[in-house]
Amino acid sequence: MSRSSNTRLFQRELVLEALKHSFLKLNPVLMFRNPVMFTVEIGTAIMLVVCGAILFGDSSQGSLGYNFAIFLLLFLTLLFANFAEAIAEARGKAQADSLRKTREDTPAKVLVHEQIVLTSSSRLQKGDVFVCEAGDTIPTDGEIIEGIATIDESAITGESAPVIREAGGDKSSVTGGTKVLSDQIKVQVTAQPGESFLDKMIALVEGANRQKTPNEIALTILLAGFTLIFIIVCVTLKPFGDYSNTPISIAAFISLFVCLIPTTIGGLLSAIGIAGMDRALQAHVITKSGRAVETAGDLDTLLLDKTGTITIGNRRATHFYPAPGVEESRFILACLLSSLADDTPEGKSVVELAQTLGIALPAGFDLSHTRRIKFTAETRSSGIDLSDERRIRKGASDSIRKKVTDAGNVFPAEVSAQVDAISSNGGTPLVVCENEAVLGVIELQDIIKEGIRERFDRLRKMGVKTVMVTGDNPLTAKYIAGKAGVEDYIAEAKPEDKLAYIRQEQSGGKLVAMMGDGTNDAPALAQADVGVAMNSGTQAAKEAGNMVDLDNDPTKLIEIVEIGKQLLMTRGALTTFSIANDVAKYFAIVPALFITSIPALQRLNIMQLSSPESAILSAVIFNAVIILFLIPLALRGVAYKPIGASALLRRNLLIYGLGGLVVPFVGIKLIDLLLSVFA
Amino acid sequence: MYAEIAGIILMFGLTLLAAWPLGRYIARVYAGEKTLTDRLFAPLEKLFFRLSGIDAQRDMSWQEHLKTLLTINFVWFFLTMCVLMNQGWLPLNPDANPSMTPDLAFNTSISFIVNCNLQHYSGESGLSYLGQLTLMFLQFVSAGIGMAAAAVLFNAMRERQSDQLGNFYDYFLKNCTRILLPLSIVMALLLLWSGSPMTFEGKDTITTLQGDTVQVSRGPVAAFVAIKHIGTNGGGFFGANSAHPFESPSYVTNIVEMVAQMVIPFAMIFAMGFYLRRPRICWMIFGVMTVGFVLLTLPTVWSEIGGSPAIAGMEVSQPTGAMEGKEVRFGPAAAGYWSIATTVISTGSVNSMHDSSMPISGAMQMLAMMTNSFYGGCGVGILNFYIFIILAVFIGGLMVGRTPELLGKKVEAREMKIALIVALIHPLLILAGTALAAYQLYADPSLPWLNNPGFHGFSEVLYEYTSASANNGSGFEGLGDNNPWWNISTGIVLILSRYLPIIGPIAIAGLLASKKYIPESNGTLRIDTSTFGFMILAVIVILAALSFFPALTLGPLAEYFSLY
Repeated sequence: MSRSSNTRLFQRELVLEALKHSFLKLNPVLMFRNPVMFTVEIGTAIMLVVCGAILFGDSSQGSLGYNFAIFLLLFLTLLFANFAEAIAEARGKAQADSLRKTREDTPAKVLVHEQIVLTSSSRLQKGDVFVCEAGDTIPTDGEIIEGIATIDESAITGESAPVIREAGGDKSSVTGGTKVLSDQIKVQVTAQPGESFLDKMIALVEGANRQKTPNEIALTILLAGFTLIFIIVCVTLKPFGDYSNTPISIAAFISLFVCLIPTTIGGLLSAIGIAGMDRALQAHVITKSGRAVETAGDLDTLLLDKTGTITIGNRRATHFYPAPGVEESRFILACLLSSLADDTPEGKSVVELAQTLGIALPAGFDLSHTRRIKFTAETRSSGIDLSDERRIRKGASDSIRKKVTDAGNVFPAEVSAQVDAISSNGGTPLVVCENEAVLGVIELQDIIKEGIRERFDRLRKMGVKTVMVTGDNPLTAKYIAGKAGVEDYIAEAKPEDKLAYIRQEQSGGKLVAMMGDGTNDAPALAQADVGVAMNSGTQAAKEAGNMVDLDNDPTKLIEIVEIGKQLLMTRGALTTFSIANDVAKYFAIVPALFITSIPALQRLNIMQLSSPESAILSAVIFNAVIILFLIPLALRGVAYKPIGASALLRRNLLIYGLGGLVVPFVGIKLIDLLLSVFA
Repeated sequence: MYAEIAGIILMFGLTLLAAWPLGRYIARVYAGEKTLTDRLFAPLEKLFFRLSGIDAQRDMSWQEHLKTLLTINFVWFFLTMCVLMNQGWLPLNPDANPSMTPDLAFNTSISFIVNCNLQHYSGESGLSYLGQLTLMFLQFVSAGIGMAAAAVLFNAMRERQSDQLGNFYDYFLKNCTRILLPLSIVMALLLLWSGSPMTFEGKDTITTLQGDTVQVSRGPVAAFVAIKHIGTNGGGFFGANSAHPFESPSYVTNIVEMVAQMVIPFAMIFAMGFYLRRPRICWMIFGVMTVGFVLLTLPTVWSEIGGSPAIAGMEVSQPTGAMEGKEVRFGPAAAGYWSIATTVISTGSVNSMHDSSMPISGAMQMLAMMTNSFYGGCGVGILNFYIFIILAVFIGGLMVGRTPELLGKKVEAREMKIALIVALIHPLLILAGTALAAYQLYADPSLPWLNNPGFHGFSEVLYEYTSASANNGSGFEGLGDNNPWWNISTGIVLILSRYLPIIGPIAIAGLLASKKYIPESNGTLRIDTSTFGFMILAVIVILAALSFFPALTLGPLAEYFSLY
C-alpha cells in the first residue's frame, strides 16, 4: 500500500474491470439514482426506436446514418459516465483487495477451557480469546488482556518500525492482519466476523454501502432541477416549431436536450464522491462515511495535542547555565552524571546535549560503585551518589532550593533569576546541586516541529482555527502557542476540558475536529464533528471517532481538511463548467434547428458550423467526449490553494467558468471541421 | 439626441438620489426605530389595530406570515370580484360603463391583487369610478404586501437563530401608511399641478376647431397614477396608460413617473443593506442589477434611436428615430428607457406601444421580464433575486471547498428544492402558456387573436405570458386578449407566478433563520464581493435568460434578422 502505486490513474486491469461495469451500470434500476443520466438513457432508448422506425420505412426523421450516429453518441455518453464511476470504484476495490490480502484466512489459536484450539480466523466470535506468539499473524481485531509484544503493523500502516502493544492502558488494541514479532499475548476478540475494522473499511471503499452525502443530495436536486428546466425548454419547442412551420426532428430535440442538461457533472458526480474517499485512503485515513470527508472541508476548529503534533516528542535540554563561580565543564559533567540514572526522555536529552557539547565521562569512570537515585514524586529530583562521596541531585528548582537551604547553604540570586527567565520563556528549569551546593541550571525546552508554523498559517488562510491542547501550565502553553502560531490553547488540559471546549465551539455554530488515541479521548472524539482516532489507539477511541489514521500522524488533520475541500471544490468546479458549456451548445444547436426554414437565422450561427446536421453532431460529440476528458480531474480532484475564499472563487470561476464558456466553442468548431473533412 | 440621452441619465441619477435616504428610512421603519413619521402615523396605526383587534406586537413564524398573507389576499379577491361584476348598477358610474364578464373580472381582480395589472380592458369604457377606486385600493395593498414579504425576508436574514420574524400586519400597515401613502400624496399633487384631472364627474364634451364634438373621459386620474407608479403596479386609468396626456402630460411628468416607479425597488435594496448593517451586500446586489439593467437598456435605446430600416427603405427620413407607437413629447430614447425600466421592475406601465418597438427592443423587454431579477417590483424584486443568490451561493460555496452557506446559515437539500421550484415556475409558466397558445394557433389559424402573423405574432403571444408570469402587466398589445382563454389562462399564470415566488424565498429564509448561525471565517464565501456578483449574473444569464433563447429566436430574433 505504498502511495506511489496509486498515482497512475488508469491501470490496465482496472480499466478492463471498469469497462465491464460501464455496461452493467446501464441497468435502468441503477441509473435511476442519477436523474441526469437517467434522462439521457431515456433519450438513447427513444433514438433506438427512431432508428427502428426508419428501418421500417419511416421517412420523416431524416437519414438512418445520422439518427444512428446520434443514438451511438448518446450511448457513448452513458458509457463514459458509467466508466467514470466504475473506474473510481475499481481503484477503491484495488486498494481494498490489497488490504484484504492481509487477512486471508489466518489460523487462530483460540483458548477454550485453557486449551489452545486451532480454528480459522473467520470463525472467531466477539468475546473469544486467542493467543499469539512471535511470528504469528493476528487473526482479527482485539484487545490485549494479558502480556506485552512488539508488533509489525506495516501491513496496514506501511510503517516498518515495530510498535509495542500491552495489556491495559491506551496501547492495548491490535488489528487483524498485523504480525507479532516478539513475546506472547492473549487477545480478546472485539469484533464479530465480517465486522472488524478492516472489513467495514473494505466494504466502504468498495462502495457496497455507499450512501449519498447531504451535499451530494442537494447537488443532485440542483441538477435535477436544471434538467427539468431543459425538459420544459425542449418540450415547448415542439408547438413553437409547428407554429413557425419549422419541423424539428426527434434527433434534434433529444440532442438539444442532452446537450443542455448538465451531463458533465451528472456523469461524474458519483465518481467524484468515491474518489474523495479514495484520496483519504491514499493518505492512510479510513473514513467511516463519505459524509465525514465532506464535513472535514467545513471544519472551523482543530484541536491538536501539543506533544507529537506541534512539538517533537518531549521536552529537550537546550542550555546549561552554570552558577557564578562554577566552571562550565564541571557543571555539565555533573549534569551528565546526574542524568545517567534518569531514563526519562528529558534525562536522555541532557546526556545527549552534554555529549554534543563534547563532555563525556572521564576515561575509566566506574559506574559500578555508584548509587543511582530515581525520580520520585515526593523528592521531585533524581541524581547519583558517587563512590567519592559526591551527591549530585537534579530537580525542580523549589525542591532543590529546599535541599540547599535546609543544609544551610545559599541559593544564589543569579540562579534564581535564571530560573525565572527560563520559566517565562516557556521552558522548564532544572537545578543541579552537588552536596547541597548549587551548580547551575539546565534549560529544557519544547522543540517545535519544523514547518509547523507554515502549516498553521495555511490553515488560518483556509479559515480554520487551531487550538493546542497541553498538560503544561498556562504560561508555558501560551509561550509555545505563540511560537508555533496556533490561535488558542487549552492549558493543564484534562480529557473533560477537551469535551467542554468542543461543546463550547459547537454551540457557537462551529465544526470541530480533534485527534485522539486514548480511551479517555473517546467522549471528545464522539462529540467532535470529525474525530480522528489513531490506529495505535484503543478500540474505544477508534469506535468513537469517524476516521482512523493508519499512520498515527497527528498532523494528518490538515490533510483531511484539504481532502474535504477538494471534494466539494471538484463538484462545484465541474458544475460550473457544465453549466457554462450550455452557452456554446445553444449557439450550436438552436440555429441548426431553424436555419432550414428561416434562412435569415444563418447569422445566428456565429461558429459558422458547416451544416445543421454536423452542428448537432458536433455538439453531441463534444458533450460525450468532455466527460471522458474530465475523468482524471474528477478522480484527482481540483487543486486546493489556501488563498482565501474570494480569491479561490475568482480563480475557479476563471478556470472552470470562463474555461467552460470558451472550451466548447473551440471544441465544437474543431469537431465540425473534422466532420466536414470526413463527410 | 444627446439631450435625450442626458434625460435618461438624469432620470437614473434622480432615482438614485431619492432612493438612498428612502432606503435608510424604510430600514428604520422595519427595525421599529424612531422615525419622523412616528407622531403622525403611530396613533393612526394604533387605532386601526385596536378597531380590528389585531395584536401587532406578536412575532410570527414564517408559516404564520404566509398564512396571513394568503388569507388577506383571498378576502380582497372576493371583494373585488363582487365590485367588478356589479359595477354597472353600483354608484360612482357617471359614464354608465357595464359590469365585467366573470372571466374578465377574474383576470382583473387577480391581476391587481398580485400587483401585475395586466389589463384586458380599457379604463375609459371598462370600469366605473367605483371599480377604479377598488383597483386603486389594491394598488396600495398589493405593493404593501410585497414589501411586507421583503421585510420578513430581511428579518430572517439577520445574524441569529430564531423563528420569530416580526408581525406581518405590522409590516404591512406600516408599508401602506408610512411609505406608500406619503409618497403617493406628494406624487399626486405633482401630477395635479401638471394638469392631470382629479374629478368624479363623467365624460366631458369638447368641440374641436373643426366643429366636431368629442367625448373626453376623465376621473380621479392624479391619485390613481400616483400609486400606479409608486407601488410598481402599472395599470393605467386609461387604455393608453402613461402615453395618455392625462396620465402623463409632459416630459417633466414623464421624469416624475419614471423616478416614482423605480424609487421603491431601489430603496428596498438599500434598506436591506441598512437593516442588515451590511452595506456592501446591498451594493453588490445593486451593482448586479444595474449591470443587467444597463445591458438591456443600451441595445434598446440604440435600436430605437436608430429608426426602422423598413421605413428607411421607403426613403422616409427618421431624424428622431423610430417614432411608430411613440409620443412626440417623450421621443424614442425616453420611450426606450421607460420600456426597459417598466419591464425590469414589475410596473408594466407604458409610455409607448411596445408592439411597435424595434425587434431588438422587444427582445430586451421580454428578456427583462424573463430574467425578472433586476430591481423588480415593490419588495418582490428582492425576493426574486434571493433565489438566484441561493443558487449562486450553492455553486459558489462548493467552488471554495465548503458546504454552501448564506450569511452564516447552511444551504441544504430542502432549501435547494424550494429554490428550484421557484426557479422552475417562471420558465414553465411562460413556455407552457406560449406553447398551448401556439398549438391552438397552429391547429386553427383562423383564431382572431393576433394582429400580426408570423414572428411578430409569436412575439405577441410570448410577451403576454412573459408579462403575466413576471407579474409585470404591460402588454405587447396587438393581441385580442379579452376572451375566456386569455383571461383565464393568464389569470392562473398570475396566481402561480405571484405566490410561489413569495412563498419560496420566505420559506427558504425562514428555514435558514431557524438554523444555527455559523460565524464567518477566512474560508467562508463572502457574498459582498464583485466576484460573487459576477457569479450571480452568470447564473441569471445562463439559467434564466438562455432558457428562453429558442423561443426568442422564433420571435424577435427571427424578426430582427429578417428586417436588418
